[in-house]
Amino acid sequence: MNLLNTFFNIPILIETFPLLLSGLLVTLEIGITSIIVGLVGGLFLALVRLYGAGPVPFLAKIYIDIFRSIPLLVLLIVVYYALPFVGIRFSPFVSAVVALTLVSSAYTAEIFRAGIEAIPHGQFEASQALGLSSRHMMIDVILPQAIKIVIPPLTNNCINVLKDTALASVVAMPDLLKQATQAQALSANPTPLIGAALIYVALLWPLVSIVARLEKRFGGEKRA
Amino acid sequence: MRPLIQITNLKKAYGIFTVLHGIDLDIDEGEVVCVIGPSGSGKSTLIRCINRLEAFSSDSSIVVDGVTVGPGKALAKVRAEVGMVFQSFNLFPHLTVLKNVMLAPMRVRGTKSADAERKARELLARVGIAEQAEKYPGKLSGGQQQRVAIARALAMEPKVMLFDEPTSSLDPEMVGEVLDVMKRLAGTGVTMIVVTHEMGFARQVADRVIFMDGGRIIEQGTPGEIFDNPKEERTRGFLRAVLNH
Repeated sequence: MNLLNTFFNIPILIETFPLLLSGLLVTLEIGITSIIVGLVGGLFLALVRLYGAGPVPFLAKIYIDIFRSIPLLVLLIVVYYALPFVGIRFSPFVSAVVALTLVSSAYTAEIFRAGIEAIPHGQFEASQALGLSSRHMMIDVILPQAIKIVIPPLTNNCINVLKDTALASVVAMPDLLKQATQAQALSANPTPLIGAALIYVALLWPLVSIVARLEKRFGGEKRA
Repeated sequence: MRPLIQITNLKKAYGIFTVLHGIDLDIDEGEVVCVIGPSGSGKSTLIRCINRLEAFSSDSSIVVDGVTVGPGKALAKVRAEVGMVFQSFNLFPHLTVLKNVMLAPMRVRGTKSADAERKARELLARVGIAEQAEKYPGKLSGGQQQRVAIARALAMEPKVMLFDEPTSSLDPEMVGEVLDVMKRLAGTGVTMIVVTHEMGFARQVADRVIFMDGGRIIEQGTPGEIFDNPKEERTRGFLRAVLNH
């Protein structure tokens, strides 16, 4: 009974629920913005890494390696707390999105690259032999096939980005985790934290099971 | 008359391994040329240089219909004029048969969708698979896929068609249907260069047969000259090996 009152205190949960929901909204805003910008940036990085001229592929590789190595929390703190010393000041929201996007685009780039490289060489040759430009070869032939391959790992990456939004709470972003810790302090009860945890699970569980299904569907597919 | 394709001193090497030792070859418009020879003789590499799927030495020259085949902007233009059929078909698996044939004319020539479709259906009828137009390539047999690939290349109305061992990955019972399409094509005056192991086809259809070995043209002539009266010992050895078994 005591345990229930401590961790699943229904009145407190009801009282703090609007706060948690506003936090969820912020979490989704950060997450979805970072996912979209990360996808676009990742595709761009993958293409310049594979087909860029001169030093461009090498630079793209350096970028990808650096941002896959740096811990997101460290990057976030650098962006929010260190950059102001050189006059670059981002709001908590922008800091969170910048850090998440920098990292997410590096991972996404590797996913896209693997997808493009999985397309049989004959598809490139057939496109070239027909006189298709590189742009049309990518848009009409290679990417539509690569997308199918990369959807499961990309969805996985989206899950990671959504989870990592919780780190934004360290830069005073009123996201789901931050709101939950606030509510916990106000009500002197950990129930809001449990509520937040449950909301994260409710949000991501469907995505996790979708990935499993996608992997089963696309993984076993025979390719011509 | 200027030859349609002029190949001069074509050299190609992978590292220290030389695949083509300076080949000179002219192909006239309307000519059907079959290239035969043992595996690794460089015959596939030769035709893959014509549309520069393989890069070649910078002191070599290939001119197709007056346009020099080199790296850069003009390359896509040359490729649009040179149709190619691959051993492994290389159809686009995510597009229907019809869309496979329509894609390049629309994207490269700017043909309108309706016109491209009309033309594609006409070509598919010509290669005998009109009724498969809405299917995806994966649902077709190897022979049917290769006939789609021929239609796809023809849709660009190329000045020359290159065939890179078009029947080598087919089940034996499907070789005939593809060769029949190619025979009919040869009869319509299309310039064709065919790398093949089908000696019967070469004898029956070719205007000229080229025998290659070790990255060189060893001997060339009419099918009669090459098959009935080969002058070079290597040609005789090769023909003995492929014909007497």
